[in-house]
Amino acid sequence: MERVDYDIIVVGAGHAGCEAALAGARMGLSVAVFTMNPWTIGQMSCNPAVGGLAKSHLVREIDALGGEMAKVTDRAGIQFKILNRSKGPAVWATRVQCDRALYRRYMREVLEGQEGLEIIGGMVEEVIVERGRVWGIRTNDNIYRAKAVVIATGTFLNGLIHIGLRNFPSGRAGEPPSTGLSRSLRAIGLRMGRLKTGTPPRLDGRSIDFSVMERQDGDTPPPFMSIFTAQITNPQLPCYITYTNDHTHRIIRDNLRYSPLYSGRIVGRGPRYCPSIEDKVVRFGDKPRHQIFIEPEGIGTDEVYANGISTSLPEEVQEEFIRTIRGLEDVRINKYGYAIEYDFVYPTQLRPTLETKLVSGLYLAGQINGTSGYEEAAAQGIIAGINAALKIKGESPFILRRDEAYIGVLIDDLITKGTNEPYRMFTSRAEYRLLLRQDNADLRLMEKGYRIGLIKKEHMDALLRKKAMIESEIERLKVTRVKPGVINPVLRRLGGSEIREDTTLYQILKRPEVSYMDIPDSHRNGLDPEVVRQVEIQTKYEGYIRRQIEMAERFKRIEDIRIPDDFVYRGIPGLSNEMVEKLEEVRPLNLGQASRIPGVTPAAVSLLMVAVERHRRQNHRKKGALS
Amino acid sequence: MHIEDTIAAISTPLGYSGIGIVRLSGKDAIRIAERVFSSPRGKSLSRGPTHRLLYGHIIDHENGELIDEVLVSVMKAPNTYTREDIVEINCHGGPLPLRRVLELVLRHGARLAQPGEFTMRAFLNGRIDLAQSEAVLDIINSLTEEGQKVAMEQLRGGLSKRITGLREGLIGLTAIVEAYIDFPDEEITPPDRNELVERAGRIQTELGELISSSRYGLILREGVKTAIIGRPNVGKSSLLNALLQHDRAIVTEVPGTTRDIIEEYLNIKGLPVRIMDTAGIRDSGDIAEMEGVERSLRAMQGSDLVLLVLDGSEELHETDIRLIEESRTKDVIIVINKIDLPTRISPERLPPDKPLVRISALKGIGIEDLKEEIVDMSTKGRKVYEIDTPLVTRQRHLMALKRAHEAITSFLEGLDSLSPEILALELREALDALGEIIGITTPDDILNRIFSEFCIGK
Repeated sequence: MERVDYDIIVVGAGHAGCEAALAGARMGLSVAVFTMNPWTIGQMSCNPAVGGLAKSHLVREIDALGGEMAKVTDRAGIQFKILNRSKGPAVWATRVQCDRALYRRYMREVLEGQEGLEIIGGMVEEVIVERGRVWGIRTNDNIYRAKAVVIATGTFLNGLIHIGLRNFPSGRAGEPPSTGLSRSLRAIGLRMGRLKTGTPPRLDGRSIDFSVMERQDGDTPPPFMSIFTAQITNPQLPCYITYTNDHTHRIIRDNLRYSPLYSGRIVGRGPRYCPSIEDKVVRFGDKPRHQIFIEPEGIGTDEVYANGISTSLPEEVQEEFIRTIRGLEDVRINKYGYAIEYDFVYPTQLRPTLETKLVSGLYLAGQINGTSGYEEAAAQGIIAGINAALKIKGESPFILRRDEAYIGVLIDDLITKGTNEPYRMFTSRAEYRLLLRQDNADLRLMEKGYRIGLIKKEHMDALLRKKAMIESEIERLKVTRVKPGVINPVLRRLGGSEIREDTTLYQILKRPEVSYMDIPDSHRNGLDPEVVRQVEIQTKYEGYIRRQIEMAERFKRIEDIRIPDDFVYRGIPGLSNEMVEKLEEVRPLNLGQASRIPGVTPAAVSLLMVAVERHRRQNHRKKGALS
Repeated sequence: MHIEDTIAAISTPLGYSGIGIVRLSGKDAIRIAERVFSSPRGKSLSRGPTHRLLYGHIIDHENGELIDEVLVSVMKAPNTYTREDIVEINCHGGPLPLRRVLELVLRHGARLAQPGEFTMRAFLNGRIDLAQSEAVLDIINSLTEEGQKVAMEQLRGGLSKRITGLREGLIGLTAIVEAYIDFPDEEITPPDRNELVERAGRIQTELGELISSSRYGLILREGVKTAIIGRPNVGKSSLLNALLQHDRAIVTEVPGTTRDIIEEYLNIKGLPVRIMDTAGIRDSGDIAEMEGVERSLRAMQGSDLVLLVLDGSEELHETDIRLIEESRTKDVIIVINKIDLPTRISPERLPPDKPLVRISALKGIGIEDLKEEIVDMSTKGRKVYEIDTPLVTRQRHLMALKRAHEAITSFLEGLDSLSPEILALELREALDALGEIIGITTPDDILNRIFSEFCIGK
């Protein structure tokens, strides 16, 4: 190959772009990341928090693969909280409020300090493609050649901001949109659609009466996001909760005609899980109030984020309705809420590596693929970065299955089903939810991260030690019997039924009321809390976990039947035209993926299974004849 | 679509001949067969050489009932049709035992085979060569098409509507649990226990109704509840004895249970028949006529089939006429007994729309005709006896309904002890099972419901 400027060019330095660039550089390749403004690297353009349900699962997985998001989150964190503590371990989630400026700064510092990674300011106007392969990019003032290009432009493609009936092209509040690149992607032949999202107003905290709101503090000690974090140094800040009321709703209803959503000016589809306050008032008219979560923007600022009242009503209406809210009677709005429409690429045009099927070496990651959320973006970023690097090195691609990681669920959903609203992760999307816990992300994925070269040997060794400890402790519990005289006082205290004969500790620990630390000292090992936690979960949920593992095993078998790239669907007897079209659009990699394409029936999958086997044998025979 | 579990099906397309094979294929085939097979000489299926035939019985160990006398052939991989372990259970007790054997192996872990699946496995495992693969595709294609056609026909009836309704209910229930899990920050009040119990209970009840209303399922489980009625001394007791003589079902004793002495089980051409109130039938010789009528009326209640016995050697009594009237709405066979004696009964007073069989219980005349009639009557129009695709799909439906029922029952039982994500697992299981019946699997349904019913999002 001819000389290139960089191995990998990453366009955009948001959450997807940063992870992609870091992964590529850490795998030993030369990487340039292009950003329109280096001061906005790692910008949290929506609320100043990372994690939450299903999202912290993603962040933990990124962490276990050697990504950066969890570490920066911990360093920038100003409130740490575990959600769903009262529910089972599979749906626990960590949420971290971050100092927005610190997050940006730490992420930028990581990028700056990364060997082999260069940050370049400039606007990318075009992806240059030559004979189905990516050649490089053109910016407003130069061209650069690369072996792979990762596009991670967020909401900037043809961004159009709406406030009231006014709209103007913009990528994010106060930043220009990217129009050339969108045109260029269309010219390549990628099909694109339009989505919409919105943000609430940012408020001046000095004008808020917090004393009338509910205060919500984080957990102490703070639960870290990254398994590599040892301590938190930032001061911790509270969030506050207040509510809208009848009066608020009336004002919103009276002004709906000024809403771009309700006057038909917005064509893009918005996320149903993150509706604007206009939407909530209209669709859930019987709800007397809606919650607003006031989040601090950081340590050194008085600005707060009013989560829950995303709006695109005109400025004066925003002023009017927000002042009806308890605690916000005299509030000053620093920045008004707005809705933004942007272009996205239908993600069924991607391979599970996030490479486009159309152009070899061109990868897309983040909101451009129709997702929403920092975590979803970062997850795609690291996968795109890893795969771009692997491809350049001539190694086999890195794909996570649905039973291995939420990242696998995310990407499989996108490339198989596509999306017509901003896609967000939920735990209910994962059919193997009990296996994909945030507490075992390291056990699931770190070894993979190590093999790729993103996890250090010392961390890998620590993981292996942890695994061994968990296994040997569970083994010990299974063979160690305890006498009634020893354990009954404990069981009595916990309100459980007493035992009559010697029982294994494993059986004792299986009881819901018993935790590991309840086992008498004489029968317990002094173990790391993380090990204890795994022992407890794996013991108590053994039956259910096994059930899911069996399900996953069955799933894997059909997932292992690969469909060749050159496979011809047309002409398979019994396969309807409709099925052929669906299959041709997605071009699934294997039978499992084929079976998940909406509308593809089990009968069609049976036919496909036989047809694929036939194809395999025919090829085999041909090769045999040649040799 | 799974390819490495163990599948089972009735592999011989038989009509009424009563001989058929339940075939199992897969890694657990022998283990599953062993659980339902019992050899009088204590032989084991798993030990010993491959490709041999063993004589024995298929027994439902749950109640100790002997279902059929069988020959079992065990063929170990790889020299089999599918290149997997295959067990073929050759039944001869008739179509119903055949179906019960199938149901039994399904209960012990086999999965009902899809149309053409044995052939498909044979191909995938390299048993059928490439040249024949076109034919394999055709077979699978035609079978699935046929299967779909039949399924469509069945679903066009009320079942599809009810399954859709049940599924809607389940989606709603799942949405409540999932919203509670996935949106801890929102103002979603924890699911109200009573509401969950109420909603899940409704689904459970309806599933239970569907399962038991499946006549097929009912007959398999409980037998055709049959009442032999008639005034004293018409020969009810002799009839019972005549039936019992040849077809008394073998029921092995289950330790710890006392047998209900007032019922007798028959196995008529494979159809399980349960004669109610046999004590009453036997005692009826020396009781007053009125009391006999009362007793007959009681026995008739809750029966599936009535054998109304009349004495052919006498004129119809008032009591006979009353019983004819009372049984008008039931499935009834008029049995005219004592035809070895001169006939006195006047046929014009008998109901013209009910089947009529003439017998002599004492001499054993006409008993075979009566048995034919019992079988026809119990299965009329429902083709319970024809072992063809419609039944296979129906069996599939029944299995899916049972799975759903089991899951929703676990959900209800676990409400106070299991955490929400485990409860959700049970609901998913139930949803998947119902989805199988109507061919829908869309996890997005739940999210759609959450977004439409809960105000989610900040």
